[in-house]
Amino acid sequence: MQSLRGKVAIVGAADTEVGIVPHLSATQLCIDAALRALADAGISKEKVDGLITCNSMAEPMLYHAEAIAEYLQIFPKYCMSVGTGGGTTFSVLHHAASAILTGVCDTVLITMADSLYSGLTKEQAMAAQVSTGHKQFELPYGPTIPAYYALIAKAHMEKYGTTPEQLAAISVAARKHANLHPHAQMRELITVDDVLTSRMIADPLHLLDCSLISDGGSAVILTSAERAVEYPNHPVYLLGVGEGHGHEHISQARSLTTSAAVESGKRAYEMAGIGPDEIDFAQLYDCFTPTVIIELEDLGFCEKGEGGAFVESGAIELRGSLPVNTHGGLLSHCHPGNPGSMFALTETVTQLRHQAGGRQVQTAKVALVHGQGGIMSSHTTLILGREVD
Amino acid sequence: MHESSGKNFPQPTVETARFWEGCLEHKLLIQKCSDCHHCQFYPRLMCTKCSSRKVEWMKASGRGKVMSFTIVHRAISKAYLSDVPYVVAIIELEEGPTMMSNIVQCEPKAVEIGMEVEVVFENWSDTITMPKFSPFYKEK
Repeated sequence: MQSLRGKVAIVGAADTEVGIVPHLSATQLCIDAALRALADAGISKEKVDGLITCNSMAEPMLYHAEAIAEYLQIFPKYCMSVGTGGGTTFSVLHHAASAILTGVCDTVLITMADSLYSGLTKEQAMAAQVSTGHKQFELPYGPTIPAYYALIAKAHMEKYGTTPEQLAAISVAARKHANLHPHAQMRELITVDDVLTSRMIADPLHLLDCSLISDGGSAVILTSAERAVEYPNHPVYLLGVGEGHGHEHISQARSLTTSAAVESGKRAYEMAGIGPDEIDFAQLYDCFTPTVIIELEDLGFCEKGEGGAFVESGAIELRGSLPVNTHGGLLSHCHPGNPGSMFALTETVTQLRHQAGGRQVQTAKVALVHGQGGIMSSHTTLILGREVD
Repeated sequence: MHESSGKNFPQPTVETARFWEGCLEHKLLIQKCSDCHHCQFYPRLMCTKCSSRKVEWMKASGRGKVMSFTIVHRAISKAYLSDVPYVVAIIELEEGPTMMSNIVQCEPKAVEIGMEVEVVFENWSDTITMPKFSPFYKEK
């Protein structure tokens, strides 16, 4: 197999306004993200010949990508809407990179947005998200999305002695980072105690162990490494990508405490030719605090079972050994549903361009970005670099 | 009958109808492969281990243990409000397969990982009876 390593680069990246954005619809947010990314890349929409979107829960469309292409009035050679979930948001880079490498198209726009806060009632947003559960064998029992992840948290606590305080440390670190991000939805600093005294949602997960409900969109533009040098910004190269798929329904998981991130990570590291000790910072899917612990372990940043102690040591904070979710993550920056992990990607581009201001990871060269979707079901790991070598 | 109006009712399909018929008869039915003897849940056309199509229904013992659980404090919808706090658990059946269910007939705080449980049945309508689990030691 021909390696994708260093063959494509991100040349444009941008976020819309995020948080509570009632003056823009989900479709408008998707277009707004696209226009901002085009402006960032310094190109016109006519240059885009590949388009990837994901559907919106607030404004669902049968053929979403076609509708967005029509709205933009572009006529791409490669056009698809992905199913999505956090993992697939990144697996599309896999496909887009392959399409570029094989000459199917030259310039791919990936734009995703939703309006979960303003476009739906709280009940509608909950119902739309929980429908990932098995209709006959899970949903009748009344599980919520936090409950699915609480099952994972409880199993990890039982097996490895992970504590609620350790889970809370992840929310605290995320908020510290969001505090340094001028556009994050939740910027007020919180303590471990604040997390532990917030309302219990699904034991052991408190309100502040859970990610936000937001409006927002985000877009990136991908092209070949050869063409990337002609763009105004410093290119951010794709060094490695790997996927792992374990199950769809959590009641059928092979393990509750070890995920297919082991497989996606291994594949990404192999392609990049580097290991976890060479990663300067990581953006890990943090829909709920326990996912970060499991990802840290499964991606090799600490031993299995030691994720709790790792986060408690402050390692994931900005000045720690592995800054994690430097924008504040889904826990504090924003989480508009399926597009949520895209912000981890745009933040990584900002960091690797050395444009992150007060939250800049000093001398950042190589980053790992990990997304998961479903209930720890589909995993994609990306390794991105400021340089190819 | 248990208050179940507005809850997420399962809709049996061609593939699962026999399972739900079993529940009506207070039997927990799982599938066993005639070729490799693997037991599985949920119902499928094929054996998930050896891909044989010779999967037969069998009555499970109804006993298992709690692999993990959570106590839900924020109900999924209004229909589940009166149940709060309720326990959602993953149970490993004695025969091997895992399934999601509620742990009932005990205080949520009494539930533990590894706890032995057995199936109980809760009538939701004339056509749907839900399999749930209660602590095994409990006197019926």
